Amino acid sequence: MSSTAIDAPAADRFLSGPWPRFLGRRLLRLLVSLWVLVTFSFLIVHLVPGDPVRAALGARASATSVAEWEARLGLNDPLLTQYGDYVSGLFQGRLGESLQLRLPVWDVISERLPNTLQLVALAFLLCVLVAVPLGALLAIRTQNGRHRGSELGFTAGAVVLTTIPDFCLAVGLVALLGVSLELLPVAGDSGASSLVIPVLALAVGPAAALARIVRVEMLGVLGQDYVRTARAKRLPPRRVYLRHALPNALTATLTVGGLILTSLIAGTVLVENVIAWPGLGPTLVRSIIAKDYPMVQGIVLVYGTLVLLVNLLVDVALALVDPRSTVRES
Amino acid sequence: MSATNLATPVLTSPSRGRGRGLLRTLLGTPLGIAAVTSVAIVLLLALLAPVIWGDAADAYHTDALRQGPSAEHLAGTDSLGRDILLRVLVATRLSVGLALGATAIAVVLGLLLGTLPAVAGRRVGRLVAAAIDVAVAFPALLLAIFFAVIFGVGEVGTMVALGVAGGPWFARLTLTLSASVAARDFVAAARVNGVSRGRILLRHVLPNIGEPLAINATLGAALNLLAFAGLSFLGIGVQAPSYDWGRLLNEGLNGIYVNPWAAIAPGVAIVLAGLAFNLTGELAAQVIGRRTREKAPREPLPGIAGAAASATAPALPVATHGGGDDGRETLLDVRDLWVRFPSAGRWVAPVRGVDLRLHAGESVGVVGESGSGKSLTALAIAQLLQEPAAVSSQTLRFDGRDLRASSARQTRAALADSLAMIFQDPMSSLNPAMRVGPQLAEVATAHHGASRRSALAQAVEQLAAVRIPDPERRAHQYPHEFSGGMRQRAMIGIGLMGTPRLLIADEPTTALDVTVQRQVLELLSAVRAEADSALLLISHDIAVVAGMCERVVVMYAGVVVEDLPVAELLAGPRHPYTRALLAALPDMETPRERPLATIPGRPPAPAELTGGCPFAARCAFASDRCREQEPPLASLADTGAGHRVACWHPQAGAVGAADVKSEPETETEAQR
Repeated sequence: MSSTAIDAPAADRFLSGPWPRFLGRRLLRLLVSLWVLVTFSFLIVHLVPGDPVRAALGARASATSVAEWEARLGLNDPLLTQYGDYVSGLFQGRLGESLQLRLPVWDVISERLPNTLQLVALAFLLCVLVAVPLGALLAIRTQNGRHRGSELGFTAGAVVLTTIPDFCLAVGLVALLGVSLELLPVAGDSGASSLVIPVLALAVGPAAALARIVRVEMLGVLGQDYVRTARAKRLPPRRVYLRHALPNALTATLTVGGLILTSLIAGTVLVENVIAWPGLGPTLVRSIIAKDYPMVQGIVLVYGTLVLLVNLLVDVALALVDPRSTVRES
Repeated sequence: MSATNLATPVLTSPSRGRGRGLLRTLLGTPLGIAAVTSVAIVLLLALLAPVIWGDAADAYHTDALRQGPSAEHLAGTDSLGRDILLRVLVATRLSVGLALGATAIAVVLGLLLGTLPAVAGRRVGRLVAAAIDVAVAFPALLLAIFFAVIFGVGEVGTMVALGVAGGPWFARLTLTLSASVAARDFVAAARVNGVSRGRILLRHVLPNIGEPLAINATLGAALNLLAFAGLSFLGIGVQAPSYDWGRLLNEGLNGIYVNPWAAIAPGVAIVLAGLAFNLTGELAAQVIGRRTREKAPREPLPGIAGAAASATAPALPVATHGGGDDGRETLLDVRDLWVRFPSAGRWVAPVRGVDLRLHAGESVGVVGESGSGKSLTALAIAQLLQEPAAVSSQTLRFDGRDLRASSARQTRAALADSLAMIFQDPMSSLNPAMRVGPQLAEVATAHHGASRRSALAQAVEQLAAVRIPDPERRAHQYPHEFSGGMRQRAMIGIGLMGTPRLLIADEPTTALDVTVQRQVLELLSAVRAEADSALLLISHDIAVVAGMCERVVVMYAGVVVEDLPVAELLAGPRHPYTRALLAALPDMETPRERPLATIPGRPPAPAELTGGCPFAARCAFASDRCREQEPPLASLADTGAGHRVACWHPQAGAVGAADVKSEPETETEAQR
């Protein structure tokens, strides 16, 4: 068989299969959600009680500078015109100008976003690398009600670890590793050692939660008929677990994995503030407190888009792992 | 329910009065007591701490600024010399109160949004549901931060923001829960009776989702407690001079080099309070969704000690079975096979001493009702039963090998090629996340060291051999793209990837259409003949077995009650149960106006066995002896050695109407 002979039917299979419709529906959903997000971020300025510019510049700002900023932000135009300007500005990559920093919002975001993404990616990786093997191993160990001690210990530990919020853990780690033992830098970004505390703080709780889910899903899958079939084929246990059980356990896990990834994005806002990480989190908080609305709008858009993209990725990954989900969803 | 309602068949909501039961169950375990007590302590502190220590927590100790822990100030003091521990205790009210407030807002908003689709029209409902779906895609904390921009920095604004952020989540929950309740019978009954949508919602749906909602509200309160602390920590929530745990944590972090305890104490408070709510919610959820699992009983397995001993003994008197009765090689020799499961602290045995022998190339059918132990027998022989099942036997030899003495690895190696299983439901027995081709091919790669490519080629060949059209294309498809009959063919194909000496087919056609059943059975016969393998066909259908097999083993309540050649099955079996099975079989002469013959009653469950013949209660010929003594399986004086019966009153002659015990009138009356 030559490779072209395989490729042509593969392409046909793709086009005639459920994938094009599935992807189309997913993209449509993404677009609708993005539109909701953009509209929400646009409305922030208008939903704030009182005069947003006056609130941002403070009571002592002169009437002329307030008027000037209002004009610059286009707040005197009709609402629909403002909306149109806002959306068309977004298409050209214009997010407006920070009232506080007097810098283009996009410049601030593009400088800080990579640092946040770095934390999210590393924390998620750590979380998955720990939780999936741990949960799967515990499922195998505790299946059919064996080793109830390990089950109890694991569940108790996982509940406690899940309950410790990331920012408290970050403070604890700073107190222990940074202040008491002086092993790691306490704040800021000074190389790889600075990553340890925020990544650990972000990953531990979600990893515990994910491991619990993996264990439960894996337990369910181990009782399935097709796992019995795999055993009846006399496959080595490793192959039964890795090739037959785990992929099926991961389909449900993926959904939760997506939730965890999005909650990690939210968690960075807090953890970054604990250790003064040069990411988007501290900027968002400063902007909210300073009522720097253009900056807030821009960051809301970025975080929101990030969440939506993760959701899309999870859906596609889910469809890849579980081919039935492309058909099932409607 | 009032008496007037009795006339109409009203299915009542099943949830009435379960709430109190939940709390009582929760308080029945030490962990539950601990969880509920700790929530009570947190609430009590929230109520009383500001009253008791409110002033003391605000007192400045100018002589003790930013001090570490001391006897006077257990967690040290802050930058104004105020006692950290007292401030943490007093902050309980604001921390917990705001979290509960936010949860209340979220629940109310969620209930309003979530029930809107049920009350409003279809179109509005779908719009609301779609909006909820968009909103729940975002993490609540992120939404809360977004909303805090609008509602304003400060404790009230943040509480509303957090509540509104949690609303969609509770709405989603309400939607899901009420959808599952709405599908249940009593709601359908209410709808048929013309009860209005609003009333159904209030009277039937909401009471039934109250419990899970309450549990999720508890879990939500835990999350909100943590989230509010986070927002206050960021400076968005509670503002000075008010303070909650998050605010204290923030202040503590600023002075962490001087007194780490100023940061640790509020952090610990946050975790403990969160844990109290979380644990209570988790335990309550577990109480509701509890799966009963059986622990292995403390009593030792009956008889298993002897079996283990005989397993190590090299030469067994019974193992002198090399040649077989008529000179054919014995392929499978099973004696006194028991399968036991733990139940309520005891062992129950669904399979009780089964004897089974198969010659090479022989086809034997095992018939019996569901629960007779036939499938368990098959799985035990194939070494596929796992804990908590306990298998023991006097002899378990296959293809010249003692399966009891082999390690798991040896068993795998020995059975990989020589014993194939075909399972009942091909939909659930094939891996849904794996293409069909590789599911066959992996047998070749795992056991024959074939390359992936050649294994896949073999798999395609095998699919063709089990008459799957267009096998090349089909090999690339997933099981859900196959029809039921094709799945079962693929399943047979998996079994034939090796060179099986024994095929065990466990109800291979039960899940299939009647027309497809015949095709699959014909295929099974053909491939068996081709591969010259023996067949153990497990079925509840005596007609199928009679058509496919040379010998029939009839099982009832875990024992073999009759073992006979098919020819004698047609001439007239001896056991009343076998005869009743045959008599219950409709044929072309069965009058259509008569109801189908059935065997009244049901087989006893393993735990109900009393020691007599298990069929006695349903048998027309049962005597006192039958009820007291279990008959052994043995040849009768007038049968050959190949026909064995376990009965004190064996019957003879052709099967007739007398073999079906007539159903007493009273019993049928009572059943209605």
